[in-house]
Amino acid sequence: MYRYDNYDQQMVDTRVAEFRDQTARRLAGKLTEDQFKPLRLQNGLYLQLHAYMLRVAVPYGTLSGAQMHVLADIADKYDRGYGHFTTRQNIQYNWIKLEESPDILADLAAVEMHAIQTSGNCIRNISSDQYAGAAADEIVDPRPYAELLRQWSSFHPEFLTLPRKFKIAVIASETDRAAMKLHDIGLRMVRNDAGEIGAAFYVGGGMGRTPMIAPCIREFVPLDQLITYAEACLRVYNRYGRRDNKYKARIKILVHELGAAEYTAQVEAEFAHLLTQGIEPPLAELARISAFFSDPAFEAGASDTLDLSDPAFALWVERNTHAHKQPGYVIANISLKPVGGIPGDASAAQMHVMADLTTRLSFDECRVTHAQNIVLPHVRKADLYGLWQELVAADLASPNLDTIEDIIACPGLDYCSLANARSIPVAQKISERFAGNGKTAELGELKLKISGCINACGHHHAGHIGILGVDKKGTENYQLLLGGCEGDDTSIGKITGPGFDEDGIVDAVEKATNVYLAERAEGERFLDTYRRVGMEKFKEAIYG
Amino acid sequence: MAEVQFSFRDGASNAGPAVSLADFTAASNAAAVRIEPGEDARTLLPNLANIALVEVNFPSHMDGRGYSAARVLREAGYTGELRAVGDVIVDYLGHMRRCGFDAFAPNVPLDTADAEAAFGRWADVYQATGDGRAPIWAKRHG
Repeated sequence: MYRYDNYDQQMVDTRVAEFRDQTARRLAGKLTEDQFKPLRLQNGLYLQLHAYMLRVAVPYGTLSGAQMHVLADIADKYDRGYGHFTTRQNIQYNWIKLEESPDILADLAAVEMHAIQTSGNCIRNISSDQYAGAAADEIVDPRPYAELLRQWSSFHPEFLTLPRKFKIAVIASETDRAAMKLHDIGLRMVRNDAGEIGAAFYVGGGMGRTPMIAPCIREFVPLDQLITYAEACLRVYNRYGRRDNKYKARIKILVHELGAAEYTAQVEAEFAHLLTQGIEPPLAELARISAFFSDPAFEAGASDTLDLSDPAFALWVERNTHAHKQPGYVIANISLKPVGGIPGDASAAQMHVMADLTTRLSFDECRVTHAQNIVLPHVRKADLYGLWQELVAADLASPNLDTIEDIIACPGLDYCSLANARSIPVAQKISERFAGNGKTAELGELKLKISGCINACGHHHAGHIGILGVDKKGTENYQLLLGGCEGDDTSIGKITGPGFDEDGIVDAVEKATNVYLAERAEGERFLDTYRRVGMEKFKEAIYG
Repeated sequence: MAEVQFSFRDGASNAGPAVSLADFTAASNAAAVRIEPGEDARTLLPNLANIALVEVNFPSHMDGRGYSAARVLREAGYTGELRAVGDVIVDYLGHMRRCGFDAFAPNVPLDTADAEAAFGRWADVYQATGDGRAPIWAKRHG
């Protein structure tokens, strides 16, 4: 994985010193809260319902064992012994003291980590495919391009006060595991007819109150023009994105209002101009970065045999592992969705366990996924049973990846000052319901996503089943959506009808799944059946 | 009108008071013009040779359009004074400087020591922005 050189380290250390100075000036009254707010946000510090929340960046979701250990130490030292992994592959802590936050940033900097631009109206942490470098279907590892973009976007002086936040994802596989088309910019690394690698740019996707699927505005940007093209996309947005209404300020609204063709024309004109300005790093820089992402020293001829005689292990292997490009290896997913638990939460002790496993059994690398789970990308099949036993001992072996128990949920009204309704109790009740009635296995792949408000941090638009918490005359109310999908065939879910209370939404979800079980054709997932039979049958069952 | 508190130019501009972009384009012979956030800095490009001062107004420090305006002007070869005016606060001075501003007239005068620290904060930079500083990638590859 990428390691800092002296320059990178100095940048992060300088940021710690800058934030320490800003915090001191705030506490001394030299900065107003109005002035301090965007500064603390760009260091990941939110003021939530009960305390400050700190969001730490995990660039493209990749962590070393040492870094995971420090995340655990921070949970113990500055928080209440746990952390929450997020839908943007980051981690956040919910009980932070403002005056301690510079010290946390210093602890992070010591292991090449930071909280830079994890919030605020700027380019956020770059996300990517959690199986990067391990999946059999990728044409190239997407992370060197994400790292190139990370450096370009860090402290970019022109783009620190954009109309609104700006999220970029980079993928390089046929299968989209990063919801790429639901980002402000999605890059898909592709090969052109001449066999050269470049990037297709998808611009103007997003969730929030106006979900949009990003159109492709350019099929192929050569590798020696990536930064220049991204800068052109951002400049047009910075100059012309709406600033009169924060709910219309994301780039998706600009692209929608101008039309993709006109936005593209403006980007192309700016791009032609910027090509004359010498802002592109040389390909040698990309080569330098790429060298950090070469394959680990896989054991040649490692055995492909797995002893599946233990049925609990066999179930976990079936559900939680994925094919690796290297014979004898497998990608192992650690579910952070125990039945009745809080999606994405891990205790400090669990983080230490995952850190140790990362170092011992996965070439010192793990990943955070946008579905709020952890991946050990490079596990020898011969080590898998032992790994699983250690996960079982740490309550980390829930065999439920991509099932209805593998729920994405935002922190909701339990923590978040923006939320209208709680998300966590709904997630807990749904996973308990389906674990209890034993239907999880039968339902197969079913992505359920819960947001506690219209901002859609829980990706409810993109759930096969989505749940949106709203405030209805002072009481929490939950709307049900069906048919969303984040992957290659990206789609936006549709609301079924009137909302429900907390228990009612759990019943409604079960009714929807019963329609699927009754109607499904051979080999169909919930999403496929919904797309084939349509909304009406589901509505009849839910409201009839 | 706020005074220039920090300048990186030799001597003060004597271009006179800045006129609005509307007045400037309506056959003005003024040498100083002021741009508001919604206005297109590229409107000035045909007349750059006659302009000695461009003021870019920041009514709010949260509105970043002025950063792009500054870069657009510098990229077009403008060498006159580029002055940030309005809600200019300490923590953005360094970024404004990187985008080409060389004079600063904040509404509320800034603490001089804090401002000096902000201008000198970053020993190195990741991006090429046309301000003459070699980005880290250039230093890495000599």
